[in-house]
Amino acid sequence: MSAKREHGDDSLMMRRSAPPASSTSLFQRRLLLTLVPCLVAFAASCSKKEEAPAAPASSAAAEATPAAAPADKTLTVGFIYVGPKDDFGYNQAHHEGALAVSKLPGIKIREEEKVPETLDVQKTMESMINLDGAKLLFPTSFGYFDPHILKVAEKYPNVTFLHCGGLYQEGKHPKNVGSYFGYIDEAEYVAGIVAGGTTKTNKLGFIAAKPIPQVLRNINSYTLGARSINPKVETTVIFTGDWSMPVKEAEAANTLIDQGVDVLTAHVDSPKVVIETAEKRGVFSTGYHASQASLAPKGYLTGAEWNWEKVYTAYIEKVKAGQMPDHLVRGGFSSGYIKLSPYGAAVSDAVKAKADEAKAKLTAGTLVIYAGPMKDNAGKEIIPAGTDHPQTDISLESMNYLVQGVKGKLN
Amino acid sequence: MSDTTLGLWGIPLAVLGGAIRVSTPFLFVSLGECITERSGRVNLGLEGTLVMGAMSGYGFSYLTGSPWLGVLGAGVIGSLLGALHGFICGKPRVNDIALGIAMMLLGVGLAFFLGKPLIQPTAPRLGAIPFGFFSSSAQLRSALNVNVLFVIGVALAPLLHFGLQNTRWGLVVRTVGESSEAARALGYNVNRVRLLATAAGGFLAGVGGSFLSLYYPGSWNEGLSSGQGLMAVALVIFARWSPKRCLYASLLFGGAGAIGPALQSVGITTGYYLWNAAPYALTLAILIASSSATRASADMPAELGAAR
Amino acid sequence: MATGGAPNAPSARVDWADIGARLEPFLIPLFALFVSLALFGAFVALAGQPPLEVYYQMYRGAFGTWFSFQNTLQRASPLLLTALCTALPARAGLIVIGGEGAFVMGGLAAGATGVALAGSPRAVILGAMFAAGAVVGAIWIGFCGFLRARRGVNETIASLLLTYIGIALLNHFVEGPLRDPESLNKPSTRHIGEANMLGSIPGLDVHWGLVAGVVACLVAYVLMERTVFGFSAALVGGNARAAKLSGVKVAEVIVITCALGGAAAGVAGSFEVAAVHGRANASLVAGYGYAGILVSFLARHNALAIIPVSLFLGGIAASGGLLQRVFALPDATVNVLQGILFVVLIASDTLYGRIRWRSLAGAR
Repeated sequence: MSAKREHGDDSLMMRRSAPPASSTSLFQRRLLLTLVPCLVAFAASCSKKEEAPAAPASSAAAEATPAAAPADKTLTVGFIYVGPKDDFGYNQAHHEGALAVSKLPGIKIREEEKVPETLDVQKTMESMINLDGAKLLFPTSFGYFDPHILKVAEKYPNVTFLHCGGLYQEGKHPKNVGSYFGYIDEAEYVAGIVAGGTTKTNKLGFIAAKPIPQVLRNINSYTLGARSINPKVETTVIFTGDWSMPVKEAEAANTLIDQGVDVLTAHVDSPKVVIETAEKRGVFSTGYHASQASLAPKGYLTGAEWNWEKVYTAYIEKVKAGQMPDHLVRGGFSSGYIKLSPYGAAVSDAVKAKADEAKAKLTAGTLVIYAGPMKDNAGKEIIPAGTDHPQTDISLESMNYLVQGVKGKLN
Repeated sequence: MSDTTLGLWGIPLAVLGGAIRVSTPFLFVSLGECITERSGRVNLGLEGTLVMGAMSGYGFSYLTGSPWLGVLGAGVIGSLLGALHGFICGKPRVNDIALGIAMMLLGVGLAFFLGKPLIQPTAPRLGAIPFGFFSSSAQLRSALNVNVLFVIGVALAPLLHFGLQNTRWGLVVRTVGESSEAARALGYNVNRVRLLATAAGGFLAGVGGSFLSLYYPGSWNEGLSSGQGLMAVALVIFARWSPKRCLYASLLFGGAGAIGPALQSVGITTGYYLWNAAPYALTLAILIASSSATRASADMPAELGAAR
Repeated sequence: MATGGAPNAPSARVDWADIGARLEPFLIPLFALFVSLALFGAFVALAGQPPLEVYYQMYRGAFGTWFSFQNTLQRASPLLLTALCTALPARAGLIVIGGEGAFVMGGLAAGATGVALAGSPRAVILGAMFAAGAVVGAIWIGFCGFLRARRGVNETIASLLLTYIGIALLNHFVEGPLRDPESLNKPSTRHIGEANMLGSIPGLDVHWGLVAGVVACLVAYVLMERTVFGFSAALVGGNARAAKLSGVKVAEVIVITCALGGAAAGVAGSFEVAAVHGRANASLVAGYGYAGILVSFLARHNALAIIPVSLFLGGIAASGGLLQRVFALPDATVNVLQGILFVVLIASDTLYGRIRWRSLAGAR
């Protein structure tokens, strides 16, 4: 039943690609068709509910002209963002990847922004599949995965879903789902070195949304990087409670600066406000997600950035070749999934050399960030001497501690 | 360099700074709504006006290069929205609260739509007056870095208070708000008074919005207002329709908002969500403590209840 | 409805005044709809897009295919319940804008209950979840009613403040005491179990919240329009002092209408957990409660009218994505449309009883 209707709609969609020049009167007719169900629904509260689904179905059938030519070989790719796609942050990083994809031959992209992690995203995915003919979807927000992507993926086995977060589990999740993530804490470690080498008060400030493993790992790596070059450094963390709270982020930034912090960074959807506040107050900052260098020409030291272009273009190649991409894709500096913003003017050559050295070692895989012995900030041993947790170690993805040198307590 | 570590003493200082930084939009919107409501009309749409003011203030500043023209532009846009609300509400049978909600939606929608190209560029922003120049403490100096809009807002509150109580136009507004029949009998055009009061309220709300984008946090983005405009309208009820009390309410609200981050900055992170809810809990507690069933809404303009 | 103030027409000819007055509830919204569509069309044209094609795509996204229509129904269903949270107290003269808080707390209560009863039969778990959601929602808004009735606290501000407090509590519990240690990067309560979840309505890709919402609206309509209680509430809403004199227990009526409204929003939150997420987390804060306020005011707090208004709003929401994707219009485009529509619709209230149908007919 529903399959038939989807099909009917497919032909509808193809009609749309016909040049609209001569079809004004047709559109007027369609306008009337638009209004009728609206009005039926709006004005007649007593009208029977069954009428409404019948009307659009029949009108869709009426519109369905003898099937147009089958779709050309264009691959339609859908990108879904949880916030504005030009937010100087998480969503912009993905959007930049999408733009790179759109430049590939034979690719058409469809984007939808500000889609919440509710049924809305399920409907957006289905709408992209049903109405746009998308065969590959990139729902980019972490919270889209469970239950939303899983549910829709089961329903549409011929569509590929690639999700940012690294959550795929073999055997448990649908086969048409893949998951990718970057070890961005490597870049945070290097940014920490730069911060630790540049700070004068030995106080770093980290403004984060929520105390979740991804965030904690970034805070810890940042602090470990800083203390590797300057053991006196302390990082103070403020959790704002949500991913996009500009006023609270500004308030946190000011409070930290008042406490003597002179390098600020953030793990929220858009670090824009934090970086701008730091610049306004004359302290340093390091960025996250995308480059915020243009917002703080004086104080921006460096930043941990995603490089989704690399991941996405590789994916597209595979899908176009008719293969299912690898279910789980992760990488750090070595695979080029992450990058560092160019060093700012305030970074000394000595610090640059240290940072470059660490970056080279991380790229080569000879530097392990989480190596024992390591204590948390309450003095408890978390990694015994002689134990290494390399980046690929899955246990790092359920991190629930703050390392020595971080001020703050988790619930 | 000696006193970079204020420790726990930083908290009251942060609350003071927070009160000054965060309270300004609440102050302007609530003062504006105060005028409107004293004339016997509610404009719930000020949330939309605030966001529109933030967007247009940033836009005007970007285009003209002058942040003060931005503030002015935001005010003008705000008063246009207010006038539209006032004009439609002047028609018989139109519910001002329902229209306010619709105007809120329209204002926010328009601001987001028109504001897309303004997310990335950087516009000239307002500066601050260093009132803390006397102190050697960097913390105190930053807490007392005050924007002129805040000063204007603080001065405006008693001024409005005086104006409403002691001037002719204040009397007219109050009369219209207490009894439209009496006002009509005295020969005043009730609708015109309310239209002007709503437009004036919109102007202040627009200016309050421009503070968000032009000073603190100081850029345009869509998450800028987490309901500050709606909250400010509610604060008018809390302040029992007195401009002076609007000032206190805004300061209290802004200061309480700084408690959460300040505690975390000295390492107290447990239960941070609950600390972040402090302004709301505190306001509710004071509201409950200060209300009483017997003199319920004695200060409320009589026409507010009757207007539906 | 059709009070038709005009006197009977002198002759036996068609009485335009009467017909016009009777049709006003249909013709005026229709007229408002056309005006706002024209305004929005001009706006879209100014933004450089062809208005008719935009409308066609909106139709496609909201009603044009079977999928789209189900999308609309799905988006409408939480609004049916959250709108009642404003509509029921409004009958007693209260303006409650805290449905979001009751929704969130109802969802949290349902999630916690579902986890606490793990291992019980499915029916028990689901029953208890909805009961918990309803009770917590009822307490949440009932408390506002109580404060109003007993202490004269303004319910509008109290319910708004409680919303922020409720969201803080949700986040606190979900990240603290009730957190599932395995919900790593998206803090949530434990899952109630896939097998215990509520499925879709047979033949539809819409969960049972739709049915619950429609039934709740019908029940609320009967309660408010056809019972003594509804009459008492209307009395209280009209003039509390007069109601008291005529023996109505004003405080009781206020608390009960608030509690019922809160229960409806709490149940909506429970559906979000029982049928969508399977657990409580920050995704509960999705603005359904706030959208309900709008629905209620557009429906003039008439429980029956909430149904079509919700559908209408759901349709606009469902079509929004297509506008972004096809025309690269900003996501706020639908908000602009909603804003224009609702401003015009509410402004059109002034036309009731003021149109001179007879002279309009004569002119034709």
